[in-house]
Amino acid sequence: MSRYLLDKFLYTVDRDPDLVELYRADPRGTTLWWEAERANVILNCPAAERSTWLTFTDAEREALATHDYVALFELGAHNFLVLTLFIALFERDYDEPLGFQLEFARRLSHWRLPYPDIST
Amino acid sequence: MATVAAVIASTHHPFYYRASTSAGAGRPPFADEWVAKIEAFRETLTRAEPDVLVMVGSDHFHQLWLDNMPQFLIGKAPFYDANFSNEEREFGLPRMFLHGDEELSAYLLRQGMDAGFDLAFSNELRIDHSITCPLITLRPEADLPIVPVYTNIFAPPMPQPKRFVELGRTIRRLVESWPSDKRVAIIGTGHLSLELGGPRQFGPHGPDPEFDRRAVEWIASGDLQSALAEVSLESLWLPGNATHGFMDFMLMMGVAGDGSKADYTDSLDLFHTMEAYFTWYPRPVLAPNAATP
Repeated sequence: MSRYLLDKFLYTVDRDPDLVELYRADPRGTTLWWEAERANVILNCPAAERSTWLTFTDAEREALATHDYVALFELGAHNFLVLTLFIALFERDYDEPLGFQLEFARRLSHWRLPYPDIST
Repeated sequence: MATVAAVIASTHHPFYYRASTSAGAGRPPFADEWVAKIEAFRETLTRAEPDVLVMVGSDHFHQLWLDNMPQFLIGKAPFYDANFSNEEREFGLPRMFLHGDEELSAYLLRQGMDAGFDLAFSNELRIDHSITCPLITLRPEADLPIVPVYTNIFAPPMPQPKRFVELGRTIRRLVESWPSDKRVAIIGTGHLSLELGGPRQFGPHGPDPEFDRRAVEWIASGDLQSALAEVSLESLWLPGNATHGFMDFMLMMGVAGDGSKADYTDSLDLFHTMEAYFTWYPRPVLAPNAATP
């Protein structure tokens, strides 16, 4: 389980407009590229001084590769990061204001408290 | 010594800027009422004639990240750029540029550490909507120097609610002991019940109107005893999965002082969340935190 790495993916993609578009167009390719090239980069360190140990579990990789925000919620990805990035990815596809946000809520509507742990 | 000219606590709704500046078909039906309430609230700060603003908020995973996460952080910079690309994208917020008050930052850091808070600091901090939203609502000219105070209400493990209250009491005491003739307004924003990225998000009201009702009562009456008795890190998950932002309201109750009734209270039941606005005008006779260790 690597909730931290899930969150790191969401965080680093969300803050880069080019990566947001890449992830929208090619979720599997972007996920695999990011895990290979970016997952171990420490954000405030030179690239050569990267970590050596961070990888997704199969379930995490598949959730990202399929834009499956319900699975991300269930895996404990941070709720704010998931919402913010997925609004950027999909709000544009809905005509009504908040259309995507309400669809997001509906798809999670089977969930009751307590929600999955988001601590890292 | 400096004067605490006003203590202000509110929610920070990132949609206000767009709602208030939109026109025609794009203007939401609730915009006029919202703008009227904000303009009345703004007057409570204007009337206090502040020289400096201490601004309490929380970074929403913008600059502060899980590889090095401070619990409480004070900005100590001469200037602050503000708002991030995803806030521009999602909320239409403008880029802003703010002046800092480094002298007050340095004072709060040194004295705060000596008072028992090992505060983190930042000499280059980009400010996000938790601080720019209250500037847009309360001081849209953004012409006063600020001292940003960031709290972690976002990334577990978080400090206990009582630490937020204690930090608020400490900030109040320190500002009052700052050797300066300036008038300081202490402004903080948080949340009532709020759900983001969960099944209860973006409903017709906040996710827990009963929590909101009690929370507004605690804040308006300065009832820290009840708030501390009923709120815990665990309980805050129940009203909505982003409700830990209420701890910034508790911090501001600490600034205002135990039992200190707000001089101004207003609220607005919007879709998605309840908006709430509070202002206290400290009176020297109250000196509510003088005895706090």
